[in-house]
Amino acid sequence: MISLQNVTKRYGAFKAIQSISLNIKPGEIHGIIGSSGAGKSTLLRMMNLLEKPDEGDVIINNKKINHLKGKEIRNIRQSLGMIFQGFHLVGNKTVFDNVAVPLEIAKIAKKNRTERVMESLRFVGLEAYKDKYPRQLSGGQKQRVAIARAIVNNPSVLLCDEPTSSLDPTTTMEILEVLKQINQQLNVTIIIVSHEMEVIRSLSERVTVMEDGQIYEVVEIEPTGVNKSKKGAATFVEQLKSGGDSNPS
Amino acid sequence: MIPILPEVLVEYQSEIWESIVESSIMVGFSVLAALLVGLPIGTFLFLCRKGQLLENRLVFSSLNLLVNIIRSFPFLLLVIFMIPFTRFVMGTAIGTAAATLPMMVIAIAHYSRLVEQSLLDVPKGVIQAAVSMGASVKDIIFKFLYVESRSALVLSMTTSTISFISYSTIMGVVGGGGIGDFAIRYGYLQYRTDLMVYIIIIIVIFVQIIQYSGITLARKIDKR
Repeated sequence: MISLQNVTKRYGAFKAIQSISLNIKPGEIHGIIGSSGAGKSTLLRMMNLLEKPDEGDVIINNKKINHLKGKEIRNIRQSLGMIFQGFHLVGNKTVFDNVAVPLEIAKIAKKNRTERVMESLRFVGLEAYKDKYPRQLSGGQKQRVAIARAIVNNPSVLLCDEPTSSLDPTTTMEILEVLKQINQQLNVTIIIVSHEMEVIRSLSERVTVMEDGQIYEVVEIEPTGVNKSKKGAATFVEQLKSGGDSNPS
Repeated sequence: MIPILPEVLVEYQSEIWESIVESSIMVGFSVLAALLVGLPIGTFLFLCRKGQLLENRLVFSSLNLLVNIIRSFPFLLLVIFMIPFTRFVMGTAIGTAAATLPMMVIAIAHYSRLVEQSLLDVPKGVIQAAVSMGASVKDIIFKFLYVESRSALVLSMTTSTISFISYSTIMGVVGGGGIGDFAIRYGYLQYRTDLMVYIIIIIVIFVQIIQYSGITLARKIDKR
């Protein structure tokens, strides 16, 4: 599936990612958690080469992709869906047209697009909103449109960069439910970055805890008690192992 | 002619029509040049900026400097400065067709700068999402940038067109004619102040129509 091998990313003298290796299992929901600046979004963005590693390799389906260029990279990206905290919908396109864009980019024949777009919109429960514009939607609905857009190309992996950080708790749970369904019903591997413990806990099977651009620990989720005495990455790990639901101080 | 028109306009109606046609040719070709050349140059300027898809410091700086130099020229001096080039390209430096060339040059520089600024208003996240979908640069330009900035591009073109009308009024210096030149020659130089005022009113009406149409269209296509 996706594998990162000794990847490093620098911004000038600052090392955002320091020689990280990580294997994502096919079909899993993998959480990445850490404090602000821990490097979790950078790590996620390396998986579809929005950020290119300065060292190390990004491997997808046993193929090194970090040396690919142009059309080859674009083809890889078309097989990986991605959603963001800010939704990033095109405001001048309707919901339908927003969802149809990846199909246009992949040069899917026009006659085949409608059915696939409607199928995606049905999946996220927004079939009736196809002619609306993003400004007419709530935050949660916009994120659903973004999800529909991300899955319309039948990707094998969905990368989620803080997808619920700008949403209220109720809407957050609805979005997480949609992501679970995508994983279970469409068999899509999901990698989700968040600084919210509750989001990561309720969704992930395995969690990578990051600190200062490095992996602090990879945790298998087991629901039990809470320990709030530790700080930083240690608190994340403790809470993940014990079933806690609050963020570290 | 319509009977309610002032006598002086009736008297000069054929010259006025002719000058309107001359202005239309100069402004029309300028708009065309702005769209066909200014739009791509402005887009390229945007894409070559720091942090953008085709980031290229040398290309950006060179193109940026060229656009700035052309826009810095007082227009009358640009027209005179370009006479040898105009003669080389058009075979003559006199007349409406020859006057159109410097108009087109300034139109390209003017609109390309406005295009670049309009594209800067497109949220970076939208471009990032496009890249994550595997969009090519062409896809990003036509399916994201132009779609998201279309009302700003229309408003920029409206502003540009009005500037082109203003520029066209001094094209009489190279025999370009036009409605502004008519106002100067027949109104100011022949002491027909009333005629000059009527021509100014006609120009103001044209500008109002263009401004209103531009704003209406921009509002209609803006769904954000």
